[in-house]
Amino acid sequence: MSSIQLNGLTKKFGNLTAVDNVTLSVGNGELFGLLGPNGAGKTTIINMLTTLLLPTSGSAKIEGYDIEKEADNVRRNIGVIFQEPSLDIHLTGKENLEFHAMMYGMSSNERKKRIIEVLEVVGLLEKADIFVENYSGGMKRRLEIARGLIHHPKVLFLDEPTLGLDAQTRRKIWEYIKDLNKKYALSIVLTTHYMEEADYLCDRIAIMDHGKIVSLDTPANLKNHLEGDIISLEISGKSIEFIDALEKNPEIKTVKNNENSLSITIIDGEKKIPELFLLAQNIGIEIISVNLRKPSLEDVFIQLTGSGIREEAGNKYSHFHAGTRRRLMK
Amino acid sequence: MIQPVAIYVLWLREMKKFVRAKSRLVGAISMPVFMLVFLGLGFRRVAIPGLPESVSYLQYIVPGIIGMTLLFTGASVGMSVLMDRQFGFLKEVMVTPASRISIALGRISGGATTSIIQALMMLFISVFMGFRFPVLGDFLLSVLVMLLISVIFISISLILSSMMKDVHGFNALTNLVVFPLFLLSGALFPVSNLPVGIRIFSYLDPLTYGVDALRNLMIGYSDFPLYVNIGILLTLSCVLIGISSYSFRKSKSV
Repeated sequence: MSSIQLNGLTKKFGNLTAVDNVTLSVGNGELFGLLGPNGAGKTTIINMLTTLLLPTSGSAKIEGYDIEKEADNVRRNIGVIFQEPSLDIHLTGKENLEFHAMMYGMSSNERKKRIIEVLEVVGLLEKADIFVENYSGGMKRRLEIARGLIHHPKVLFLDEPTLGLDAQTRRKIWEYIKDLNKKYALSIVLTTHYMEEADYLCDRIAIMDHGKIVSLDTPANLKNHLEGDIISLEISGKSIEFIDALEKNPEIKTVKNNENSLSITIIDGEKKIPELFLLAQNIGIEIISVNLRKPSLEDVFIQLTGSGIREEAGNKYSHFHAGTRRRLMK
Repeated sequence: MIQPVAIYVLWLREMKKFVRAKSRLVGAISMPVFMLVFLGLGFRRVAIPGLPESVSYLQYIVPGIIGMTLLFTGASVGMSVLMDRQFGFLKEVMVTPASRISIALGRISGGATTSIIQALMMLFISVFMGFRFPVLGDFLLSVLVMLLISVIFISISLILSSMMKDVHGFNALTNLVVFPLFLLSGALFPVSNLPVGIRIFSYLDPLTYGVDALRNLMIGYSDFPLYVNIGILLTLSCVLIGISSYSFRKSKSV
């Protein structure tokens, strides 16, 4: 049985279709990634799956419970770590966790035991009695992860779990997420716009754009999709002849010309570099530098969603939120 | 379905924040204290039409100022919900399986407790100014009336907050609602002094009955019998709790 099942899930805000007829399923114990540029609809999907927003049409089930008709059962089975901070900064770390555990109706003994357990998981046991105001951004994030785990959820939602954190903290949080997924066979859905995050963590990735899923596969398969390595050449002299010669070569998939540099997609790139040099010599062109790289998820991503920077369709509160976030994440 | 634990934890959170934020308390009761001191002293010698001679103006306005304290602090509960929304904490509350009526009741009980504490502080301050403290039975009944007044205005505030998204708009709206409610209620002068056209609105104002009930219990002077006042307050409280928990279910937390 799949842990999460979306059937034609759609959300419209006025004229804007934020999530457009999305159908997918996430297996038990799977670490599933939603990857996409800003405004692609990732958070809207999370908000619907966590019962905070009602879908315009379509349906979704979590652990067999309908998100609209059985919202309470859905809520009991999920843990959520939101994109924006959602802690009460005037309470201590422990008080935040106690609040959460009591809202889930846990008994006093169970609560005490479990709070210590989750604090240990995220390494915050010593800081439990400090006001959250005085936590660093990474500590807040870890506390939120701890909080999401208290009530033994079967599915964990992580919306941009490492946004705005430094590299070390990000690494640490990645390890926690991997650990949780393995140790407790927790199904995890995370959204991100960091390629390396999705690549490193996820079993499968859905790439989203404009509310639709444009591709869904394992990170490895997505990268294979591009077929071949990318060789960048810097040359001097007239390149037209050279490009013609390259384009005639059946092993070369694409050639992109940008002034004095060429970008070539080719299978088994390492072995083809000497051939390229030979060809250049015959035509009388000098190769100044050469660079070979394996395709990254980013290349796949840019190929699928286009390379333009997306202006986020914010609302009038986004500025306030950004300010709040900066303050809270200090 | 009412979950006592969820109500309790929301109430507990409110209490912890109340005890920790001392400046909030000082700010909240300074306004009614000023009103009490300056109006009570300034109009000390004025004979207010519609008042029997046995009732001094200070005796008259203390229940009114207590009503005002309950109204103003009650109206600010919706504000704290909106602050929670902006700080993301409302989402944390809304993804838990706690029933929406428990969430509304938790908010109301927390707000009512802080409102009543502030109202009682006003009562004790007024005793120092020469207000006669009511006998124990009347005092306990007036705490009940204070509870009903708080529940009514907190519920109204919660309903308004579920319709508004930002703090500034909510502030403007509450000012628009709160001041007429206060001035129409007879907190500062007898409603009977108002022209008939305006007096109708006074009788639509829940605070009129709240202040009148407090006056009945504290100074033994009122326009309506106590059971009428309490009956109206009790009915309104129940209806408004229902509407506010419904609006919590419908409100958007994101």
